Amino acid sequence: MERSEFDSDERLLRPIEHTGRAFWIGSGILLAIGVWGLFAWVIQLRRGLAVTGLNVPVYWGLYITNFVFFIGISHAGTLISAILRLAHAEWRRSITRAAEVITVLVLFFGMGCVILDLGRPDRVLNVLKHGNFTSPLLWDVASVATYLIASTIYLYLPLIPDIAILRDRMPKRRWFYRRLALGWTGAPRQRQLLERAIAAMAVIVIPIAVSVHTVVSWVFAMTVQPMWHSTIFGPYFVVGAIFSGIAAILIAMAIIRKAYHLENYLKPIHFNNLGILLLVMALLWFYFTFAEFLTTYYGGEPTHMVVFLSKTEGKFSPVFWTMVVSCFVIPFSLLCNRRTRGTIWGPVAASVSVELGMWLERFLIVVPSLSNPRLPLTAAAYSPSWVEWSLLAGFIATFILLYVLFTKLFPIVSIWEIREGREHSLEEVSKRVRSYLPALAEAGK
Amino acid sequence: MPRWGMVIDLDRCTACQACVVACQVENNVAPAGPEMAARGRAISWLRLVPFQGGEHGTRPELRLVPLPCMHCERPPCVRVCPVRATLTDREGLVAQVYPRCIGCRYCTTACPYTVRHFNWDRPQWPGPMEQALSPDVSVRPRGVVEKCSFCHHRLQRAKDQARAEGRPLREGDYVPACVETCPAEAMVFGDLDDPRSAVARLSESPRAFRLLEELGTRPKVIYLSRGEWGGEI
Repeated sequence: MERSEFDSDERLLRPIEHTGRAFWIGSGILLAIGVWGLFAWVIQLRRGLAVTGLNVPVYWGLYITNFVFFIGISHAGTLISAILRLAHAEWRRSITRAAEVITVLVLFFGMGCVILDLGRPDRVLNVLKHGNFTSPLLWDVASVATYLIASTIYLYLPLIPDIAILRDRMPKRRWFYRRLALGWTGAPRQRQLLERAIAAMAVIVIPIAVSVHTVVSWVFAMTVQPMWHSTIFGPYFVVGAIFSGIAAILIAMAIIRKAYHLENYLKPIHFNNLGILLLVMALLWFYFTFAEFLTTYYGGEPTHMVVFLSKTEGKFSPVFWTMVVSCFVIPFSLLCNRRTRGTIWGPVAASVSVELGMWLERFLIVVPSLSNPRLPLTAAAYSPSWVEWSLLAGFIATFILLYVLFTKLFPIVSIWEIREGREHSLEEVSKRVRSYLPALAEAGK
Repeated sequence: MPRWGMVIDLDRCTACQACVVACQVENNVAPAGPEMAARGRAISWLRLVPFQGGEHGTRPELRLVPLPCMHCERPPCVRVCPVRATLTDREGLVAQVYPRCIGCRYCTTACPYTVRHFNWDRPQWPGPMEQALSPDVSVRPRGVVEKCSFCHHRLQRAKDQARAEGRPLREGDYVPACVETCPAEAMVFGDLDDPRSAVARLSESPRAFRLLEELGTRPKVIYLSRGEWGGEI
């Protein structure tokens, strides 16, 4: 299976130069689901939120669940890729871009969920005109907008040398690539500037990403509602976000690998290494969930216990235990076993399970607390309507479609970084390792 | 500056719901109809909430408690509104600005009393009721949040009246519709800071308590009940 290096890097450009039938069929299906979602949205715009299953007291439902979920996934990219870059993890080279694209795209859908949830989407700009900075929702607006800008820059910078490659060899869309390449020639001065900028952005983007899911959690934690008003919500949400983010990267990698035949770039070792990270996050997630529930249980405050029991043994218990199984039991058993973790399907199956589980986790944070108001009101049950489900499906499909389109315009595996790895890093790494150890002459003394 | 508050004497209340109807008519709150009510979509600025009452060891009784907006002194809703569409005015009334509200429903989820309502649909009145709407209260559009205003428009009217007559506002000039209607005279309204007012006096009664006061919201609706408040919350 050994190919010459030239051959294999060619492979990275193939998806951009050639488009097969599978692409058109796949995109067609995704587009159809997206259009269906659009249709549902038009219905909601015309008839208002009456078309949802929301009620008093469950004022928030699927849309807010999806908001937290999508913003969580956005931690995939930038955060993971930034950490791996700063840690000089050499195995990152073929996965960083795939991760960064997830971040940028999914943020739009996260913000879109909030717009879907508004009773008056036509007035959304009031948030800027009459912004009230004591509201955690406004912290969200500020933080997510900053994250979107920072992660777009962070995606774009390492893309520049690859765009220049495309500019130089693609007959199609040359004007487009020329403009985006910003006159990149690969001169040493340019390289130096680029590397410095990427390193700076990698540092900047980490605190921003942490702030994003922290303030998302504060939307809940800053109220006095039972099982929302919790001090660990910030880190708990960030951990969940990275958890679902890594799972999203793994799924995306498996699809890219299969569809574009990138077996030589996305190797089992990548799946194994990300699998270990996913395992660590599964343990952290379990730790936080356990701490949160045990504290509530021992405190035993009646209003909190009503929500607690509705999750663990009441109406929401099937959802709750499915969450525990799919967020912890399945990924833990698949990933702590070297035999399943070393395969492709093992980490991917764990990831699919984690995505499902994390969505359920978000649902269980939003809905049960609202379903059990403090005062003895006659509470109606919430069951999401077809409009809400359609919009979720539409969002997921459109997200995947945009992701696919990205892979058709730009190399999804960074070509220049792979080359850099081959040309410089081998030597650099051995030099680095040598610098950790005493030299032979010194050791002898 | 007055600090408007309400006292509801549960020992006098007969749960006749006249206050509920008066509120509905006064504030142009559209009737929801049985189907929407079953789906939890009915709007009522004031409703009766069934508390399980009775002291320990005695026979349990059901107590129906009128529940308007508490007009908290530390309102959890005001702080979380992203667009300042709900705010505390100078006289302590928690007001809602309908033309500015974006309908995000953060205030409704943050309110521990669940007294804020959302217009899921366009309000509709059957036939002739539409001609009977009060001109003093704006009709809310679909997609915004609304709640009890302590009949704020009545305060405006009372102030205009007092100004026209060249005198200061007197006790009883400004009373919300529910208080005015209550046939059992279980509801009293006035300035909590005026030591001579009935509300101020009653709010210091040994029977006085506030709902969920442990949350630190400092409600300005004060309930009176004899014995220990057995309301299981």
